Amino acid sequence: MDGKNIKFRLGKSYGFQGLVYVLAFACVIPLLAILYFIIKAGVTKINWHLLVNIPKPVNEVGGGIANALVGSIIIILVASVIAIPIGIMAGIYLSENRKSRLAYWCRLSTDILQGVPSIVVGIVAYFWLVRPWDLGPIHHKGGFSALSGSVALAIMMLPIIVRSTEETLKLLPDSLKEAALALGMPFHRVIFKVIVPVGISGILSGVMLSVARITGETAPLLFTAFGNPYLSVNIGKPMHSLPLLIFNYATSPYNDWHDLAWSASLILLIWVLFLNIFTKVITRKWKVQL
Amino acid sequence: MESTIIKSRNFNASFGTNHVVKNVNIDIPRNHIIAVMGPSGCGKTTYLRCINRMHELIPGATSNGEMKLNDEDVYQMHPIFVRLKIGMVFQRPNPFPNLSIYDNVIAGYKLNGVKLPKAERDEIVERSLTKVALWKEVKDSLNKKGSFLSGGQQQRLCIARTVAMEPEVILFDEPTSALDPISTSTVEELFHELKANYTLIIVTHNMQQAARVSDKTAFFFLGELVEYDETKTMFTNPKDQRTQNYITGRFS
Repeated sequence: MDGKNIKFRLGKSYGFQGLVYVLAFACVIPLLAILYFIIKAGVTKINWHLLVNIPKPVNEVGGGIANALVGSIIIILVASVIAIPIGIMAGIYLSENRKSRLAYWCRLSTDILQGVPSIVVGIVAYFWLVRPWDLGPIHHKGGFSALSGSVALAIMMLPIIVRSTEETLKLLPDSLKEAALALGMPFHRVIFKVIVPVGISGILSGVMLSVARITGETAPLLFTAFGNPYLSVNIGKPMHSLPLLIFNYATSPYNDWHDLAWSASLILLIWVLFLNIFTKVITRKWKVQL
Repeated sequence: MESTIIKSRNFNASFGTNHVVKNVNIDIPRNHIIAVMGPSGCGKTTYLRCINRMHELIPGATSNGEMKLNDEDVYQMHPIFVRLKIGMVFQRPNPFPNLSIYDNVIAGYKLNGVKLPKAERDEIVERSLTKVALWKEVKDSLNKKGSFLSGGQQQRLCIARTVAMEPEVILFDEPTSALDPISTSTVEELFHELKANYTLIIVTHNMQQAARVSDKTAFFFLGELVEYDETKTMFTNPKDQRTQNYITGRFS
């Protein structure tokens, strides 16, 4: 093997290493770009006024996004109230009954559910919860309600919560459960007093991630929560939310509406970033050392 | 005359089609230390776990035959009730990692939802920790997590947790195999103290340990109870050839 050949091979090696670095960096670029554009366009428009006012009609200056902010919070809270208990319980079932037939089907369903496009989830919620409440031509609003939007989002949260709960609890040593059982504890106490408290950080991080995941979902809300130009807190009625507001305003022909869309995007982004950081913190802080 | 606390007749246990405990007949006298020894895979741990019905928790595990606690059939009682009367200490110390030392001792009451006045709780904690010779070492750090203790201390904490429930029988599944020699000897000394109030059944694969601590010894081989006798007789004058082979180290 002569020197030239070695150099060529080394060159290839360095070239490949360089390529790996460059492509790894390329993964960071989209996030940086998103942050850059949204912060640049949105940060100057964010003020107290924006957060406490509802949108003004076209051609009137000012207006805020309070209705969307409140709407998003309510819709997500209701979705969490529906999805968290079901998801955690199902996760407990899966970790306790690894081989049963129901566990197999449950696991398969949650896996598939995770891959179902959000618009399809929205359509299902529409047929279940919107159409049946459409009381005919007198009620022009159709049957749209924040609750139907929450159900759609809850369906999207479920698989994440179920699987993260299952994975967390599966990692706990059997000796922990045996210790509890050997003290004569009934099953529900073993679960709620020992297994869940020890695995709480993993379960919570799954919950937080699922919330972060649905915060920006627009498609399932389009024909369920529908949107509402006014501030509404009635979950039986249409309600606005941040993603819907962004969708409507960004595609509108008015400049000040575009600005609102940018600010709303920034707020949404901050929300999701905050959730992710918060998840990391609680995972570390509440982790029970085994 | 000594009274029998645990009595099994024709007791069998299996994992699926794997028959691990075969036709075991044994009478265990009250307030004695019984060592159960035998080579790996001889069914000694499985038999132990059958006594407080932990065996049936494993998927596919079955058992049949007679297992009596004070003339009451364990398999007719509710398992939760059985486990309150027959406590268990495991091979590896397993304190509840999310609870303090204090709460670990009182766990059997606290996690079962039994409300006790604080004075009574304090008394149970102190009494239990004193019984396992841990009180002096931890009395100033009762609020620290159980996992903060050393392995030997954790194991004694687990014994205290079991003792706190005031069971009649305590099962030990190779309680010292994860411990260093000094912790092992502390735990062994403990056995003698505990004997006054409880019946101890200790599974061990350490023959010297069986000889040191027990009053009676049972030798399991390939799922059968080969020999069960006074420990002294067993180690000096075994009746069965297989026991002799095991004791003299011809197989292990």
